[in-house]
Amino acid sequence: MANSSKAEAVSPLPNSMSIIAPAVGWLVPGAGHLVQKRYMRGVLLMGSIVSMYMIGIAMQGHVYTPNGGDLLDILSFLGDACAGGLYIISRALDWNPGLITRATADYGSKFIVVAGLLNFISAVDAYHIAIGKKQ
Amino acid sequence: MTDISHFGAAVLYALFASVVLGICFKSTTREMIRYSLSSFGMFVGGLILAGWAMWLLRH
Repeated sequence: MANSSKAEAVSPLPNSMSIIAPAVGWLVPGAGHLVQKRYMRGVLLMGSIVSMYMIGIAMQGHVYTPNGGDLLDILSFLGDACAGGLYIISRALDWNPGLITRATADYGSKFIVVAGLLNFISAVDAYHIAIGKKQ
Repeated sequence: MTDISHFGAAVLYALFASVVLGICFKSTTREMIRYSLSSFGMFVGGLILAGWAMWLLRH
């Protein structure tokens, strides 16, 4: 009895929400919080991350594809991919700008990368809520 | 929206990043608001300082 309670304290079994919340949160920004009834946080996260990503697209930011070239390009792709569903949609609809005509296009690329990284932080936060590490 | 200035883009960046960081790094609502406001202030303050530093380097 004592051994089993000690084992639970050391390595608690993951509940289903600890898998679902970060996965859903990665796919749809803020949804990891929404499925756990943190509605205000979820809406704010969704609004911020989706707005940031879409503003980046509107600024003619570059959506990086998988590549084996420059290190910064590889890291930028990883950042973009963290945006989950937004990245999948932008790749599927080919939202990459053809001819860049805006001086702020480079800012747009950074907006897209940072939106992805913020989405990753958001998904990790949803996981922490699911395992009870955070309220 | 696509004709946004560099300063406007940086302020928008600060706004969105501050909201997400505040929610994810703090536990209570009060702490989240305080952290978001302070990080937004530091983002914008750093932006203005960096702008003036570049102006001084240029002149």
